[in-house]
Amino acid sequence: MRLISHPAVLLTLTAVLLACASVPFWGGTYELKVATRILCFALFVLSIDLLIGFGGMVTFGQAAFFGLGAYALFFLSPEYEAGSILVAGLGAMALGALAALLTGLVVVRTKGVYFIMVTLAFAQMGFALFHDTDIANGSDGAFVFVKPALTVAGVTLIDFESRTDLHFTVLAVVVIALAKLVVLIRSPFGEALQGVKTDDRRMRALGYNPYLIRLAAFTMAGALAGLAGFLFASIDGYVSPELLGWQLSGQGIVMAVLGGLGSLGGAVFGAASLVLLEEVLKDQSLVGGFIAEHWHIPLGLIIVGIVLAFRGGIAGALSRLGGTLGGMGGGRP
Amino acid sequence: MDPVFLAIQLLNGIQQGLLLFLIASGLTLIFGVMGVINLAHGAFYMLGAYAAFSLTEMTGDLLLAILLGIPLALALGWVFERVFFRWLYEREHLEQVLLTYGLILIIDESRSVIWGNDPHGVPVPDWLDFSIPLTETLSYPVYRLAVSVVCLALAGAMAYVLGRTRLGMRIRAGEADRETVAALGVDIGTLYAVLFAAGIGLAAFGGMLAAPIESVFPGMGEQVLIISFVVVVIGGIGSVKGAFLAALAIGLVDVFGQVFLPQFASVVVYGLMAAVLIWRPAGLFGRG
Amino acid sequence: MNGITRRGVLKGMGAAGAVAAASTLPAPYVRAATPIKAGILLPYSGTYSRLGEAITNGFMLNLGKSGDMLGGRPVELVRLDSEAKPPLGPSNATKLINGEKVDVLVGPVHSGVAMGMAKIAREEEALTIIPNAGADQLTGVLCAPNIFRSSFSNWQASYPMGKVLADRGTKRVALIYWNYAAGKQAAQGFKDGFADGDGEIVTEIGVPFPEVEFQAALTQVAEVNPDAVYVFFSGGGAVKFVKDWAAAGLKDKIALHGPGFLTEGVTDAQGEAAEGIETAMHYADTLDNPENKAFRAAYADRFGKNPDVFAVQGYDAGALLRVGVEAVQGDMDARGDLYAALSAADFASPRGRFRLSAAHNPIQDFYLRQVENGVNVVKGIAVAQLADPAKGCKLA
Repeated sequence: MRLISHPAVLLTLTAVLLACASVPFWGGTYELKVATRILCFALFVLSIDLLIGFGGMVTFGQAAFFGLGAYALFFLSPEYEAGSILVAGLGAMALGALAALLTGLVVVRTKGVYFIMVTLAFAQMGFALFHDTDIANGSDGAFVFVKPALTVAGVTLIDFESRTDLHFTVLAVVVIALAKLVVLIRSPFGEALQGVKTDDRRMRALGYNPYLIRLAAFTMAGALAGLAGFLFASIDGYVSPELLGWQLSGQGIVMAVLGGLGSLGGAVFGAASLVLLEEVLKDQSLVGGFIAEHWHIPLGLIIVGIVLAFRGGIAGALSRLGGTLGGMGGGRP
Repeated sequence: MDPVFLAIQLLNGIQQGLLLFLIASGLTLIFGVMGVINLAHGAFYMLGAYAAFSLTEMTGDLLLAILLGIPLALALGWVFERVFFRWLYEREHLEQVLLTYGLILIIDESRSVIWGNDPHGVPVPDWLDFSIPLTETLSYPVYRLAVSVVCLALAGAMAYVLGRTRLGMRIRAGEADRETVAALGVDIGTLYAVLFAAGIGLAAFGGMLAAPIESVFPGMGEQVLIISFVVVVIGGIGSVKGAFLAALAIGLVDVFGQVFLPQFASVVVYGLMAAVLIWRPAGLFGRG
Repeated sequence: MNGITRRGVLKGMGAAGAVAAASTLPAPYVRAATPIKAGILLPYSGTYSRLGEAITNGFMLNLGKSGDMLGGRPVELVRLDSEAKPPLGPSNATKLINGEKVDVLVGPVHSGVAMGMAKIAREEEALTIIPNAGADQLTGVLCAPNIFRSSFSNWQASYPMGKVLADRGTKRVALIYWNYAAGKQAAQGFKDGFADGDGEIVTEIGVPFPEVEFQAALTQVAEVNPDAVYVFFSGGGAVKFVKDWAAAGLKDKIALHGPGFLTEGVTDAQGEAAEGIETAMHYADTLDNPENKAFRAAYADRFGKNPDVFAVQGYDAGALLRVGVEAVQGDMDARGDLYAALSAADFASPRGRFRLSAAHNPIQDFYLRQVENGVNVVKGIAVAQLADPAKGCKLA
């Protein structure tokens, strides 16, 4: 866990976050929205890193909680006036946590490959529920016409209709989440979680209940993903069932691994690099018509390359650059 | 519901389940023996279907196409094992997930480059191209029944190979303990390559058999992947017997879900999985 | 494809340069040097990429009629893969509108993507032409002064066949459709058309989207044994359903109908099983009008394959844009005049007369078609000059 506080990682993390903070001062709508999206995904990837990087639970269904958080914004927003950021945000976290708790009761009993497939299957069930039924407009998705605001005693403090308000809020949430997770990882609970990851039996002998520890972590990650989904949906005010789908879960894992697991900061690196990489690969004026049309091939090759030759992700590479390494196992769950 | 139609729906479920077994069995073999989770399994199913389409166009006969296609699929499986998967046996599941996720993107987009994006039909061989009347209105296509028979035969063959032959013993030994097998003088690398090729071969073969039934279209691999996962999880990872029973169960639940709970048809399948896992966290026949 | 566009732009730039070289310059000619940017948001990868390609081709074919120039300005295409993924709809639309600063947005195919895109297009007030996505809301509750559609609404595509069956006095009809938004809207359209007669809908079967295992549904239909069945499937699902229908022996016993997409562009794959199927659609390959003949010849000549309805919708998206841009002589900032010209568009399309309703959805003829020897042959007009009811639209 040295990766969290490795100077090179910390320095780069600070630089990336500062870069994000600067976007409203030089970028247009497009650049700003890309930056906000990166931060929302970073939050989402943090929830994945908590599970995979620290808890050894390889989830392939985290998007389900992200999507639920997004739908929470829709459910908790009045149609023609601004909803409350507090109500919707906390509602999204509660919904994510509740769904994670309920599925977690079954899911965290399983391990390894089962865990991967069961989380995937449960997420698809959530997707099917929103896609096939009329809960929220089905497959067409739903609009949130007026974005939420935070109003205290008649004074609007934060209004998500303002892109900069939203951007800085998300940035603040990312920073707070990073700090909270560092504290959590270093707390007795965090130690126990990492203990469960490496040796279940030993932890049980020490008097811990691995099942409950996993369930707690799974629930927390669900809440975090829900919050990320809520903020993501606030960018454009549009939610669709695919937000719960397996492709987004897969993308989250790619971001987590690309950034470097078990490093927290890696979540930010991974989200930023994958989002920017996709923007570049899809741009025909940069890569040419053929690649822009078939950009999944270079993306797939890059993913395969990362697995075979770039273990430890960006955070791992940074820590090696920094020179103070000693068998950084950052990329190993 | 009229008992005759109830029986036909039962037949539909079983037939659907058998085809599902064919696809899922390759997945569970590769999981169970080599401990590799292969998300690209559905992509190989799709490749099989497209190969059947192209080879049928060339040779004019599906049977010939399948005979040509199987060695191709096995060779492809072998190549993928040597180039990509051999590096994964000692790695974490996470890295396997990621690598095979990348492979899905590559294979699917290559399909678009090679074959384009049109859906295609594949003709059933003439001698199988007729239907048996079951009721006044409804007939059952013989090709579907033939596919079911092939799936059943294959299930029997797999049970025999795994249970009664030396190869099967080696496979099961490898499953139990990699080092022991190596100590017995079996080249584990070759054994794995053979087995992986066989697993891919099963997926592709499933695609070839299904091509005339399902037709051939982009995205067909994704659809079978997740439902195959559900089958493998319910049956217990690595258990061919479990996959067989689970596939039948899923086929039946899917059919009767559509009949009785149409709004929630796609949800009940996952509900079945959740129920089984609460009861047995490692699936029906898993050694969790 | 891309190369052709580039060349077109260069040619246009050359022409503009020549004009600029002439000494005294009236205002419109200065503008002529800068291209009109058209952002094309269509699926170029995945299941719907065939549609994305056809629409792009059709659009480019129309621009090509005037040397890739509109209103005296060259047109530059900026293409972006929508991947048919709804969550990416808003961000891709933002990229084109705010990042690339396109003058017009053309796309998409998928209704979910269209919803996300429309959200942004409404906020940014960007001129948008939808060349396929049929979600009723887009020209219904969500209609906007800047959003136009050159294709159809889901309701509109299914109403005509319902009307035809009602007029024929068909008594018992069953519906089978993919259980998602487009399928449900199609079912509603059919029911509204069918309600004109005294027949009844005996059963409604929803198949989970995009599942293509239809055996359970076929068995249910056989048990009910209706006079006719109306189905909503497209692409691979349409191929498979039609083949399964024939293999189940239902082909000669129960009449099968659908919106045109059931047999559009897939009759080769369906083969013998498609013969005799009646559908209704706003286009048919064999339409006998001069525009269609010229269009089909030009398309085949340029792209080496035959066009389909999606190519026509792309072509008409180009025609629609042409009407608007020419009315304002290339001044894309003259929003009011531009939108007014687009709304008033009335031209001869390969599909017949093309004009827009107050909600900006085409008012068009729907043709009754029947598959004969693998070709959708026009049997007459199912419903003439049909407009979508545009429920909830406040434009008028």
